[in-house]
Amino acid sequence: MTTSPTTPTTPADPAAPGRPTLAVFKLASCDGCQLTLLDCEDELLALSGEVEIAHFLEATSAVRPGPYDLTLVEGSVTTPADAERIRQIRAASRHLVTIGACATAGGIQALRNFADVEEFTRAVYARPDYIDTLATSTPVSAHVDVDFELRGCPVDRRQLLEVVTAFLAGRKPDISDHSVCFECKRRGTVCVTVAHGTPCLGPVTHAGCGALCPAYGRGCYGCFGPAGRPGPSGGSLSVNLPALIPVLHRDGMDDRDVERLLRTFNSAAFHAESEEDS
Amino acid sequence: MTSTPAAGAPRTAVLDKDGLAALVAALVADGRTVVGPTVRDGAIVLAPIDSAEQLPYGWGVELEAGHYRLSHREDGAAFAHSAGPQSWKNFLHPQREKLWSADRAKDGELTVRAEPPEAVSYAFLGVRPCDLRAIAIQDRVLTGGHFRDTGYGERRRGAFLVAVECTAPGATCFCVSMGGGPGTDSGFDLALTEVIDGAGHRFLVRSGSEAGTALLDQLPCTAADRETRQAARTVVADAADAMGRAMPPVDLQRLMGGSLEAERWDDVAARCLTCGNCTMVCPTCFCTTTEEVTDLTGDHAERWQRWDSCFDLDFSHLHGGPVRSSGRSRYRQWLTHKLGTWHDQFDSSGCVGCGRCIVWCPVGIDITEEVTALKAEADTKGHAQHGTHEKEAER
Ligand code: SF4
Ligand code: SF4
Ligand code: SF4
Ligand code: SF4
Repeated sequence: MTTSPTTPTTPADPAAPGRPTLAVFKLASCDGCQLTLLDCEDELLALSGEVEIAHFLEATSAVRPGPYDLTLVEGSVTTPADAERIRQIRAASRHLVTIGACATAGGIQALRNFADVEEFTRAVYARPDYIDTLATSTPVSAHVDVDFELRGCPVDRRQLLEVVTAFLAGRKPDISDHSVCFECKRRGTVCVTVAHGTPCLGPVTHAGCGALCPAYGRGCYGCFGPAGRPGPSGGSLSVNLPALIPVLHRDGMDDRDVERLLRTFNSAAFHAESEEDS
Repeated sequence: MTSTPAAGAPRTAVLDKDGLAALVAALVADGRTVVGPTVRDGAIVLAPIDSAEQLPYGWGVELEAGHYRLSHREDGAAFAHSAGPQSWKNFLHPQREKLWSADRAKDGELTVRAEPPEAVSYAFLGVRPCDLRAIAIQDRVLTGGHFRDTGYGERRRGAFLVAVECTAPGATCFCVSMGGGPGTDSGFDLALTEVIDGAGHRFLVRSGSEAGTALLDQLPCTAADRETRQAARTVVADAADAMGRAMPPVDLQRLMGGSLEAERWDDVAARCLTCGNCTMVCPTCFCTTTEEVTDLTGDHAERWQRWDSCFDLDFSHLHGGPVRSSGRSRYRQWLTHKLGTWHDQFDSSGCVGCGRCIVWCPVGIDITEEVTALKAEADTKGHAQHGTHEKEAER
């Protein structure tokens, strides 16, 4: 992404007074979740009628300074600079909503949490001394208070609109914390684990995608991270990951396969679940 | 055609495969959405069909806890399978339904419109005896009390039920021990029993309503001969003896009420994923929640009803958090409601023994096994207590 232009431009259409302002920021991420917002083609016009898009570099280089009424943040915190930046963003935001697996769980880049980052930088970069990075990739909520976390890699378009709409209406977003299996059954999909012996993370994965993969005969990859919500001791109240492992084994996965299945976009969150219960 | 004593009086006759095809065709011609068993995605699902050719001729199923596989059948039977991944609840009590919508005009005037239930007239082909009982239970729950589900009521009133008696119960079936069985005598418009022997592949058909008799009168059928009646009786009686599982013969309501602090709940909670599959596939589970949908402008709002489950944290959410946050308390809610408090609420058990929750649980948790364990625990504790009392008496 480019940096902000030095002179903020004024939008052609002066904002109607009282329209809430929306800002979108990114940290370490692939831009996919922001693109989901741009992908809301049919609703974008209505959205721009309801909010003033004050900061959204993926869409326009015209930016306005905060404070913002609703801020969406994509990406995880992987550098000291981002750790500082997210504090500033928080300070400038009335409501801060994190979107996507990076922002809510550290993303695929949290694989570094299980390894030696210096070793990586030495192996990958010709001049590792140019790299200024943290040893871990962490969710935004590990740094600042977050008003709502929307899961997914990427987030679901329908859910993103629901969250934005809910914040505009001043109500709680209707985003369920249950497993993908709920959506799978509602959709009428034949369970791939029970009927085909295909390994599936659906029973421990947070709903949101509409059980997309099982509908195409594939097991769930866990894009939305662990189901449920954090309990008092940190782990999810609704995930019993250790109980699923024997089923994955039954369906032909060895320990290495299971590890690979769990170490994707939400690796840190799933890791916490296996720690929690074992 | 046999001679009919009086128009609309119950009749018994025999249909061959062409006769069955004519039955489906007649229901379609009647303008009904015919839903029946058909093979899709490696399972015998319930889906709209427009001809009897879509029935699962030659397919059977192999069922176990957490396990479902299709298998070929040499005899070419259409109905030699048992409960599949869905039940009729998917059609009568759909997973999501709009209740009302509201619009705010420019001047602020609010118009609220009730959403009339979709005008659909179903014919269900292949309703198993356990599912007939499940439908009767949902009738009581959703239309028998003070709060009526009008959408359900409409769909139910208009539905034509073609029951099929069971000839090949699965290893997870236990309807007999729940007071039912593979045969049925009421609650249907037509009931079929599939018979395949030296005399051919045919269906004994009985009518159970005037509408059923009227339809049967239109079909190419033959008189119900003694051999076919006898063969039908035998296959159903054999099926009753071939139940894969049994619920222990105890007073389940009392057992549940007395087991609230059982240790077994911890044991099952260690295995349960709280994924909710058991409630979603259960033909009697009826719980719903409502969702409010607003558009970006806030000028249009809708209220929808959607399936909920006691395995969802939100199900017991009060201010501050869920009341039933542990897996233990959620599994216990499911079982004690199903087998215990259901009696207090609706005067019957909430379980008909279809075995779906056993098959479709990814980790294969088995309701009959859990009850057996709870009973064993209650017996041991009872004995222990009894023993203590005796010792105290001795002292
Ligand atoms: S296919 Fe996966 S998500 Fe769907 S019900 Fe089975 S285990 Fe759950
Ligand atoms: S509890 Fe299980 S066996 Fe009983 S009716 Fe429900 S799904 Fe069928
Ligand atoms: S067992 Fe649970 S989901 Fe089923 S009817 Fe009872 S409370 Fe509802
Ligand atoms: S009993 Fe089985 S199907 Fe039901 S919630 Fe537990 S793991 Fe899921």
